[in-house]
Amino acid sequence: MEKREYQWAWLMVLPVVAVVAFSAIIPLMTVVNYSVQDIFGPDSRFFVGTEWFRIILRDEDLHGALLRQFGFSAAVLAIEIPLGIGLALCMPKRGVWVSVCLVLLALPLLVPWNVVGTVWQVFARPDIGLAGVTLNAIGFDYNYTGDPFDAWLTVLVMDVWHWTSLVILLCYAGLQAIPDAYYQAARIDGASRWAVFRYIELPKLRGVLLIAILLRFMDSFRIYAEPSVLTGGGPGNATTFLSQELTTMAVGQFDLGPAAAFSLIYFLIILLFSYVFYMTINNLGKGVK
Amino acid sequence: MGSRGRYILLGLWIFFLMLPLYWMLNMSLQTNREILSTFSLWPQALTLDNYVKIFGDATWYTGYLNSITYVLTNTVISLTVALPAAYAFSRFHFLGDKHLFFWLLTNVMAPPAVFLLPFFQLYQSVGLYDTHIAVALAHTLFTVPLAVWILEGFMSGVPKEIDETAYLDGYSWPRFFVTIFLPLIRSGVGVTAFFCFMFSWVELLLARTLTSTDAKPIASVMTRTVSASGLDWGLLAAAGVLTLVPGALVIWFVRRHIARGFALGRV
Repeated sequence: MEKREYQWAWLMVLPVVAVVAFSAIIPLMTVVNYSVQDIFGPDSRFFVGTEWFRIILRDEDLHGALLRQFGFSAAVLAIEIPLGIGLALCMPKRGVWVSVCLVLLALPLLVPWNVVGTVWQVFARPDIGLAGVTLNAIGFDYNYTGDPFDAWLTVLVMDVWHWTSLVILLCYAGLQAIPDAYYQAARIDGASRWAVFRYIELPKLRGVLLIAILLRFMDSFRIYAEPSVLTGGGPGNATTFLSQELTTMAVGQFDLGPAAAFSLIYFLIILLFSYVFYMTINNLGKGVK
Repeated sequence: MGSRGRYILLGLWIFFLMLPLYWMLNMSLQTNREILSTFSLWPQALTLDNYVKIFGDATWYTGYLNSITYVLTNTVISLTVALPAAYAFSRFHFLGDKHLFFWLLTNVMAPPAVFLLPFFQLYQSVGLYDTHIAVALAHTLFTVPLAVWILEGFMSGVPKEIDETAYLDGYSWPRFFVTIFLPLIRSGVGVTAFFCFMFSWVELLLARTLTSTDAKPIASVMTRTVSASGLDWGLLAAAGVLTLVPGALVIWFVRRHIARGFALGRV
């Protein structure tokens, strides 16, 4: 869409910049500051240059966590995005059932993250939990505290349970924003259901899909509370993701310098991937109009 | 696929969503010992003790009130500042607009764990520590960019001709924005309000770090159910069930806005 050149628009953006800058810039500068120092106390700190970055980049544990993290995020996106679009298309268009479905879909999103982990911890237990008991009763040998793959799968299913609704809600609102005229035109042309989806709904959903994909990528990349409550990162370190390594370092061992360096690297990885997603999806849509 | 098939799929999905929630409700109506000793599909000795404890204890219910206070503050702040900004981003070119937009997004990506200490120092130095507004402001770090971003997406879907026609008809910008533009993007505004509420409601780390007694949020009260004898599962489940209520009410109130989008085809 054509945009007009208008410098005064800055005034409209100013409140946002002020609010966000207050809580974003100062902490970020502090973190950069920590990442190049060795900190013993408020008044004894030494400049160490890029020492922490070098240590972090060579750390084997972190390489493992990073790989697991990529695997997990890829699985999350591959499952939740198509599933979310599909289910959004299944939603009723009008009437009282819309409200009922919206409320029910939103419920998992509203459980505090640590409680999600706690509930699933019991829910999936093979001795007293509904999921665990059922799975074992129908013949699966399932035990998330003992088997690394089961643990990983449990975290994944938990994430799908928790977050697919976010994709559904976004897509549903996006679908609602398509003017009826488009559908009427398609009906007159005798377009098939698939053609309507491919040439009307999908291009119109591009904006919200971008938001959904980026949000799910970023959040799955920062996942912390759920796996640490559910499995504590185990068994072994099958469900130890980056955020857990980071928190152990920052809060557990109080290694502020390395932790700060780590979080900057972490931040850059998310930034880089988000940017690639952002550009790719934006350009994809350019062809279809 | 016929409409019956679609509803069956949706129904199956909602059934799956409800299972862990049912389990939470089930746990909340049992004693701790019963939860851990046997598997049962419903409470054998139904008890409301967990709920009685929450409603009878001031630290619990003020926890809910604190959370609701800062979450609503956050939602109002986020929508107020994000609406004009999203409009500017969707309609105008100005110096540095693309960079600014991407910079806003980066704030949603920051890993919270290491930002805790700087946050703590920052809010203490400006005297906002342990206030509702501190948590509300801290949460704007991710709710505001998200709100701008979602709203911008929806606003860009509205044809520009609508703005131009309104100006030609003699509407002032504020009047145009409130009476014509906002109703067009109501599904976007509804989802945005819900997401601001939701992300602020479930966030635990920042809220816990920035409060001690006066503004302690519910999620933080919950983590104290860990005692010497282990976790009090029943109490935690009951608290979890209650955390669903305010959010369900919010989505009930914004549902009309989510479900009713573009009216262009109908007028």
